[in-house]
Amino acid sequence: MSGRWISPPESFFRKLSFLALAIALVPMPAYSQGRGGAAPPTARASAPIDLTGYWVAVVNEDWRYRMVTPPKGDFRGVPITKEALQIVNAWDPAADEKAGEQCKSYGAGAVMRLPARLHITWQDDNTMQVDVDAGTQTRLFRFAPAAAPAGAASWQGDSAAQWERGGGRGGPPAGGSLTVVTTNMRAGYLRKNGVPYSADAKVTEYIDVSPSPDGQMLVVTTVVDDPRYLLQAFIVSSHFKKEADGSKWDPTPCSSRW
Amino acid sequence: MGSHAMFVPMVTLRRARLAALLVLVLAPRAFAQFEIVGSWAARNTEDISRDSYPVDYVGLPLNDEGRTRALTYNESQLAMIERQCEGWPQFYFVQGPFGLRIWSDDDPIKGQAISYTIGAWEDRAAMTIWMDGRPEPSKYAEHTRGGFTTGKWEGNTLVARTTHMKAGFLRKNGPPSSDQAVMTSRFYRHADILTVLSVIEDPIYLAEPHIISKSFQLSAAPISPIGPPCVSTFEGRPLGESVPHFVPEKNPFVDELTKMFGLPRDVVLGRRETLYPEYRKTIKDKFVPPTACTRNCGAAPPR
Repeated sequence: MSGRWISPPESFFRKLSFLALAIALVPMPAYSQGRGGAAPPTARASAPIDLTGYWVAVVNEDWRYRMVTPPKGDFRGVPITKEALQIVNAWDPAADEKAGEQCKSYGAGAVMRLPARLHITWQDDNTMQVDVDAGTQTRLFRFAPAAAPAGAASWQGDSAAQWERGGGRGGPPAGGSLTVVTTNMRAGYLRKNGVPYSADAKVTEYIDVSPSPDGQMLVVTTVVDDPRYLLQAFIVSSHFKKEADGSKWDPTPCSSRW
Repeated sequence: MGSHAMFVPMVTLRRARLAALLVLVLAPRAFAQFEIVGSWAARNTEDISRDSYPVDYVGLPLNDEGRTRALTYNESQLAMIERQCEGWPQFYFVQGPFGLRIWSDDDPIKGQAISYTIGAWEDRAAMTIWMDGRPEPSKYAEHTRGGFTTGKWEGNTLVARTTHMKAGFLRKNGPPSSDQAVMTSRFYRHADILTVLSVIEDPIYLAEPHIISKSFQLSAAPISPIGPPCVSTFEGRPLGESVPHFVPEKNPFVDELTKMFGLPRDVVLGRRETLYPEYRKTIKDKFVPPTACTRNCGAAPPR
């Protein structure tokens, strides 16, 4: 076809330019909340994904490091330091029990890798509560402006949470994820058999949801940085399936042996 | 003549402006939601038991047929010339020990990714994820080791669906996969971490979908987009010999993990109920852990 380009008038391009500029600059409603003097939305109101409900761990990976207590001295896959190796070799579950420290393998550095069920709820508009039935642990993910308590170190530490929103530039929010950074933890174990993390450790978690063939899944990517006991970040990703209700919820106490 | 000569560049300029405006308006929905291209190193801090032992189906939800078939597998099959370079199905990209090199093939006009490719390893074919909306081939189309993969963005997640794989193995020690297996992989990026969640459905050999999640870390050092070539050679099994195998009930390795780690046979043989926390109750009073780790206990830290 030897057609000829019919040039639109210059005013057409000017109008089109203004239109494109207007589309590019007008913020989407979800992004504009909180501007112009209005109160910022709460973490619960602005959640791009719904994490609430009951979730069960599916242990397809590292079964013999998670479902049963691995043998003493087995730290395969964990990039530990020489100092940590001494702790691995000295692991004594009876001594931990005697010291009242049977929850050492249920701290924030390891708790999402346990064979467990999670129950996720909102404690208030800016605090997400994650209950774990194995070891009967409770984690609190605090979104700004909720202030994290600067108290004594604990197994679950202090967790600062932030939504990451999906969607392209200017596009509507499309899903998202949750980032949680936890510090101020008591020294604990990455695995039941005494592979340690120190009180200096920082745990960063990225939580995503996904559809699955039989419902919904949760994926938790855990990054443990520990300048004392780890040569490099210890990274694991754990997956959970959503359950319809809490009928299989089964809180059990911490155990240093099982 | 002179006015015509001036007209051509003006037309080009206007076309370019129009294209630029359309790109500006449409781009947010058309381009990748995060940068996936690059080298992603495997840290190998998870799923570390893998395939070290001949009968280790721990963590797999095999059905009876899958379990029986797995128990027939003899690793000496890999000594057969015709099987040496077969390679593994695409499940291996998220199970194997290596990193990922990912690159895109982009439309030169629109700039959109036509495909992403996850580079090959020596024993795994490259995976090309077609992003241009092309349909899957007919179910009667040829099945290959690498399969056929389409992809799309869902928010900030790249979702890839792989079909048309040849029958192969879920792990290198024999648990089988059929040519009807489908793998759906989701790629999530957070800072320098790429997490892949792969769900494998197989109506022939699995009792429920098998799930693997693994994280990779962005690497400044480039990872090779290909592995070394596989070259088959004579390894003592002449052509025409029977395929090495075991009678399932007589597999000599079936109790190896039980002896070494005290694991119940149901666990070793990949029964679905062993994947869930409540299974711990059934073995709590029976499980006898080994007193100490004696081999493959971990890499010694540097002195």
